[in-house]
Amino acid sequence: MSYLEYNVKTVPAGLRKVFYINWPLVILLTAVASAGFLMLYSVAGGNLDRWAEPQMKRFAVGLVLMFIVGFVPIWFWRNMAALAYLVSLVLLLIVEFFGHVGMGAQRWINLGFIMLQPSELMKISIVMLLAAYYDWLDVKRSSRPLWVAIPALLILLPVGLVLTQPDLGTAIQVSLGGAIVMFAAGVSWIYFAVVIVAVVGLVAVVMMSRGTPWQLLHDYQFLRIDTFLDPSTDPLGAGYHISQAKIALGSGGWAGKGFMQGTQSRLNFLPEKHTDFIFTTLAEEFGFVGAFSLLLLYALIIAFCLISAVNNKDRFSSLLTIGIAGTFFLFFAVNMSMVMGLAPVVGVPLPLVSYGGSAMMVLLVAFGLVQSAHIHRPR
Amino acid sequence: MRRSPKDTQESARRITRRALILGTAQAAFVAVLGVRMHHMQVDEAEDFRLLAEENRINIRLIPPARGLIHDRNGALLAGNEQNYRVVITREDAGDVEDVLHRLARLIPLSAEDIDRTLKESQRRSAFVPITVAERLDWEDFSRVAVNAPALPGVTPEVGLSRHYPLGPDFAHIVGYVGPVSDYDLSKMENPDPLMQIPKFQIGKIGVEAKLEDQLRGKAGTKRIEVNALGRVMREIDRVEGQAGARVQLTCDMHLQNYVQARLGEESAAAVAIDVDSGDILAIASSPSFDPNSFVRGISTAEYSALMSHDHRPMANKSVQGTYPPGSTFKMVVALAALRAGVVRPEETIYCPGYTELGNRRFHCWKRGGHGSVGMTESLQHSCDVYYYELAKRVGIDAIAEMGRMLGLGVRHDLPMSAVAEGLMPTKAWKMERHGADWLVGDSLNAGIGQGYVLASPLQLALMTARISTGRAVQPRLVRSIEGVEVPVLPADPLGIDEAHLRAVRRGMHAVVNTRGGTGYGIRVVDDRMTMAGKSGTSQVRNITAAERAAGVVSNDQLPWNRRDHALFVCFGPSEAPRVAVSVVVEHGSAGSSVAGPIARDILLQALSGGLPALTAYPESQRQKIEEQRRSLPLIAPDDSGPSTPTRA
Repeated sequence: MSYLEYNVKTVPAGLRKVFYINWPLVILLTAVASAGFLMLYSVAGGNLDRWAEPQMKRFAVGLVLMFIVGFVPIWFWRNMAALAYLVSLVLLLIVEFFGHVGMGAQRWINLGFIMLQPSELMKISIVMLLAAYYDWLDVKRSSRPLWVAIPALLILLPVGLVLTQPDLGTAIQVSLGGAIVMFAAGVSWIYFAVVIVAVVGLVAVVMMSRGTPWQLLHDYQFLRIDTFLDPSTDPLGAGYHISQAKIALGSGGWAGKGFMQGTQSRLNFLPEKHTDFIFTTLAEEFGFVGAFSLLLLYALIIAFCLISAVNNKDRFSSLLTIGIAGTFFLFFAVNMSMVMGLAPVVGVPLPLVSYGGSAMMVLLVAFGLVQSAHIHRPR
Repeated sequence: MRRSPKDTQESARRITRRALILGTAQAAFVAVLGVRMHHMQVDEAEDFRLLAEENRINIRLIPPARGLIHDRNGALLAGNEQNYRVVITREDAGDVEDVLHRLARLIPLSAEDIDRTLKESQRRSAFVPITVAERLDWEDFSRVAVNAPALPGVTPEVGLSRHYPLGPDFAHIVGYVGPVSDYDLSKMENPDPLMQIPKFQIGKIGVEAKLEDQLRGKAGTKRIEVNALGRVMREIDRVEGQAGARVQLTCDMHLQNYVQARLGEESAAAVAIDVDSGDILAIASSPSFDPNSFVRGISTAEYSALMSHDHRPMANKSVQGTYPPGSTFKMVVALAALRAGVVRPEETIYCPGYTELGNRRFHCWKRGGHGSVGMTESLQHSCDVYYYELAKRVGIDAIAEMGRMLGLGVRHDLPMSAVAEGLMPTKAWKMERHGADWLVGDSLNAGIGQGYVLASPLQLALMTARISTGRAVQPRLVRSIEGVEVPVLPADPLGIDEAHLRAVRRGMHAVVNTRGGTGYGIRVVDDRMTMAGKSGTSQVRNITAAERAAGVVSNDQLPWNRRDHALFVCFGPSEAPRVAVSVVVEHGSAGSSVAGPIARDILLQALSGGLPALTAYPESQRQKIEEQRRSLPLIAPDDSGPSTPTRA
């Protein structure tokens, strides 16, 4: 069903919306973020000002933003979907040509008060756009080649731009995020099977291109693949980071070494300990109990989103919610796989826990959309 | 667009179905993560805990030995010497200040050293070792080693540090090394892990900087076990690095030493080049400085003394300095005119002492004029009027083209810092640079190597080498790297008519060997080492109308930095040239009497492979030459080894 078909009057209005907020989700998000504050306090060596406090402020601002976005009717956001996508695309083009180069990659736009990363925005806008697209599209057409080619192009355009930055992690997230919406919308299995086969083939070609004049990846990217496959090949570089991360994680044991007692991070053995590798510190200090609890919190967030999506009769709302849940899932799944040695290091932060403004803001705005879908669902 | 209820219901069912599939897949992945977590943190926890707590394995870099630099005969120019130093680690020391004060009783440590160490130790992480004292002698070092158990956190270490046995002689060629700075790092695209070592030394200028990649070598690694406190328990294994490549230069240490000594404290530069291979045998700039003081860490006072010295010891004048070549440029003008066919070698031009252009007079250096001069006499007497006429006839663009053929106005690729391009002005250049038309007066000035024309001593030596052989000799400073010969660049024929070259060489021969030539006073009487050359004196200021009215002011009456530059270029033996030399003495007043004797001595030294017999000099000069030789601080000829040079 779509909003064109049900009576809008049954939707809560004004401050009554507060009662219809998906409160369990708010509590779960706050719990995860709090775990983040705790860890940022710990890796700073018991220093609040360094990372934890700015992170708390940003979370507070993000939470307010989430409520504002949530109170705005979902049909407004559906109408904004195409615009959001266009703005993200234009911003991506701007970084492509005038971006701020930092950490060897060109990803940021300096707005003066915040360093904006347009690829973060794109992770959400692609989900919005595709949800709106399938809301509009006649269900019977959703598997016809032409109507599959359009969303595929809409995904590949930003992915291409992100890849030139180069940012493999984000490219994977954007393309998989879009694919999840397409899958949820009911696009035939066959397309996904073909794409998977094609990707496997492409990976094989990329690996074979190594060392030839038409090499398709940067040397450092090949190096990361090497170190992933065998960390001991590069004991001084990235392999060292992975080994140390694994040692930190494993040495946590069942119950951990205790808060602020992690020797690996305290003695500076861990790289990026406040950003991409923060999970290792948590695992070292709180052990399997702590790490698994965080994983459960994440899983619960996904579960609550999916329940909300399935119970929502509006097609845009449920596709959007599934897509955002999927993107969120990709964040923590890729990050955790990376630090546990299941995937190469691609530079994806642990959502709501890693230090960093851009990702947290965008995620909380995305959950604002989920709230909006939840509050304004047809009853 | 309204949809049928059947469609929407079907669509909702499908979304639910797919959401369930997605949810299941996600749950499965979460399960995989959970199992992996359990595996690492519960099943294998013990192994990891061992790694983390009891025997944390640390990887340390072993800095490679920096490549040695030798002269063409294998004498050491840059080597590595043992450096005994003491480092302190804050983490192990506990009370750093107390430990340092106890250490100060064993070895000489100033209050400043202690202060600096304390500050640095606060700034860096607790486990980073900080250098307290370097270059200790063996006794101090062993005293620290014996007392180490009583000094927690203090470790005596042996490292390598760069040493330049010849001190100032090769400072401008070899350069020096210094600790890598943030600025250096910002310029590197992919910094070597070695750069993380505090105070790691890299080449800053000269060959040390330009051949940094070859000289540095590759880092080795060692894995060591450290306990939970970070104390080293034992070394597990090590992968040796690769020492830097050995670099051999084309320079001859004895010749370089002689040239540097002969230039003395003048602000001067000299280049000696092999005319066949282009090998640079000596390339000196004086005054020089001691590169070893930069490696040790130069004091502020010493550094500011170097920087404020009016003779600019830090500048490598032989390649960085560009000067109006003065009369040494006349060969270029002569060859350009011959090539254009606007003059014949035997044609004479009348010199009344000046030439008139509009209402302006261009004077010859000889007020009374030279009378009728042909090409040979024009060079022999350095007649300006002859070259004013030639420049007027041939035009600047042809002169510039010839200059470039002979290596002027071209940046030569040598591994030295800031190699200058010089300047061969053309009409187009002046229009672009000054937005003005080229005037005939500009050509006249260029005709005698003044005005806009600029050349470095290296370029002048190369020009002379090319005139002497008729080939486009290319300069070479590095002879081999790690035993692999650096190929001599091909010296193609210049494409200048041999008859033209002969005419010019005849003139250069006459300068030195014919009575009345400007360089007759510095002739060589040994037939095996006859010299051909050309003097030059170039103005560094414009002569004002008032000065002109008052008559020529003698150089001696001017302050040093307003005097003329003295230049001399030469090659020899004049019949079968082997070596070309250029000398520029800044503000030396007169080319033939100041730069000439230096150039001659360098040429003779290079040709005879040591001090030449006194019989090469005219009899009247021999006693003076002998006295002068005795006063030069030279390295004894038999001592060419890498040991500390004894000064004879």
